[in-house]
Amino acid sequence: MTAYILCFVLFSIGLFSVVRKRNIIKIIIGIGIMEYAVNLFLILIGYCKEGRVPILTEGQSIKNMVDPIPQAMVLVSIVLGLTLTLFLVAVAIRIYEKYGTFDITKINRLKG
Amino acid sequence: MTPQALVPYMIFVPLAAAFLIPPFGKKFKRAGDAIPCAASVCVTTLGLYLASSVALSKVLVHKPYGWQAPFGTAFVVDGLSGIFLVAMNIVALVVAVYSIGYLNTYTDRWKFSSLFMLMLAGINGVLISGDIFTLYVFLEIAAISGYFLVAFGIAPDGLEAAFKYAVMGALASVFVLLGIALIYAHTSTLSIAGIASVISVGQQTDVLKFATVLLLVAFSIKAALVPFHAWLPYAYSSAPAPISAMLAGVSTKVLGIYTIMRIFFVMFEMTPQVSMVLIALGVASMVVASILAFVQVDIKRLFAYSSISQIGYVALGLGVGTPLAVFGALFHLLNHSAFKPLLFLASGAITRLTGTRNLGKIRGVMKDSPVTGTATLVGSLSICGIPPLGGFWSKLIIILACIQAGRPVLALVAVVVSVLTLAYYFRSITQVIFGKSVIRGQREGAVTVSMAIAMVTLVIISASMAILLLPNTGNAVLKEAVSVILNGKSYSAMVAGVLK
Repeated sequence: MTAYILCFVLFSIGLFSVVRKRNIIKIIIGIGIMEYAVNLFLILIGYCKEGRVPILTEGQSIKNMVDPIPQAMVLVSIVLGLTLTLFLVAVAIRIYEKYGTFDITKINRLKG
Repeated sequence: MTPQALVPYMIFVPLAAAFLIPPFGKKFKRAGDAIPCAASVCVTTLGLYLASSVALSKVLVHKPYGWQAPFGTAFVVDGLSGIFLVAMNIVALVVAVYSIGYLNTYTDRWKFSSLFMLMLAGINGVLISGDIFTLYVFLEIAAISGYFLVAFGIAPDGLEAAFKYAVMGALASVFVLLGIALIYAHTSTLSIAGIASVISVGQQTDVLKFATVLLLVAFSIKAALVPFHAWLPYAYSSAPAPISAMLAGVSTKVLGIYTIMRIFFVMFEMTPQVSMVLIALGVASMVVASILAFVQVDIKRLFAYSSISQIGYVALGLGVGTPLAVFGALFHLLNHSAFKPLLFLASGAITRLTGTRNLGKIRGVMKDSPVTGTATLVGSLSICGIPPLGGFWSKLIIILACIQAGRPVLALVAVVVSVLTLAYYFRSITQVIFGKSVIRGQREGAVTVSMAIAMVTLVIISASMAILLLPNTGNAVLKEAVSVILNGKSYSAMVAGVLK
């Protein structure tokens, strides 16, 4: 239970950082934190106490195996998160070139 | 080949095109134009074929690698995804044709084409995936290629819009993934049919309620319903015109509204709370966006706000939830994905003709370019709800459905908002089309042949949308989709039956 609560705290830290921070690099880091909190949550769902690898070999009973599906989901979601982070960082660099600032409140040419 | 075996080609074809374009696109200039159009034609034909086979056999299920029911993933085409596959791929084809002419001022067009195909693969993937995690993956593919495309021009405003869009989109994606994780923890399955059957056995638990809230927020962000709409005017107004059209006509519809239909109507049972939230979001979108549209001076921002307001009608129809209301919502959605891309494509042509997006400066488009003028006129008339055009019928159906469901207040709101829509379009667009032109067309040939072909095609489609109401033709197709939405449980049972 503690692990779940800490996982939720991590998620909230990420969300806070996205919503409240003004520096766009910190926003990107916040999105990363949120993604990793969700990935951690997925791993926790699949985990069981004293579980072992979910590979069936001869002479072994299907007991205490961790669930492999969330792990597969995490692998996919890490790749998607990487693409998104890559895009955001690339855009942040370009924005710094054009606007000369990382402050999101000053990047507001599109008002109205 | 059986139609079932053809289902995954809806993803393979655009995906293959996306990865074929980079090696050829640099050397042969025409490859970047020809490959996306060819792939789009293939996918549209395939979509029509699949939709026609769905009309016969109700549901098509493809199981890759022969994995059996509870373990493997599945690609499912039913009446709802069939109608979306056809409509969305036709819009994508028209946009692909339009971009041939529009993009001749851009460098590295093959990158655009490649990303565009990747986006189409994501859209088709969302439409045919039979389990929520595959749906999430394709949703991300479509959304991320959308962020790249919004930033494609690397102008300062495009970058700013893309950043804001990407941050909102990333929040939505994280919420979707968290929701999926909670649902998986609760039901131990990812297939939509499987989850539907598990949930119908048990009752609503707190975990499921939390997941419902997360998913509802996430898909409302994707669909840009009002409290979550902030990204949309930025993204639509700063993206290249074909991408604005693609986002307005396809992306928000599939990633937002289709997923709401699939998840909340087919997978979960529709609860009064969710329908109340949908109605509230819909009414807020309609009212707030149409009031904000009055103060816009940028033509693309005006279209963006009217887009939010029209999506509100769809959410309202879904929220009311009677068969007639859902029918109206679906019909309005199809109408909107015909005339809003038309308006955005026309706005691209207008921008190139006059060199400005300022509504106060654009005058007399009809004189400078009759095609663009007609396109703007037909699109605006349809969105205002002038009788013979589709927009009138779909709004009328939604209003009648509200009265029929015993909610006259909602009907009144819908009537008032459609009057507001008429007012702001009349105020802003009349001068744009008919006024005396102040700024002369700066460039000869600003509207190229391919742009004209694309706009004429969409004019014909939006003008003839009312055909879908004729009994025994389009009506049957729409009714089939409505029955999928309303009888989610039976369809899940059907899919599960085929899965075994």
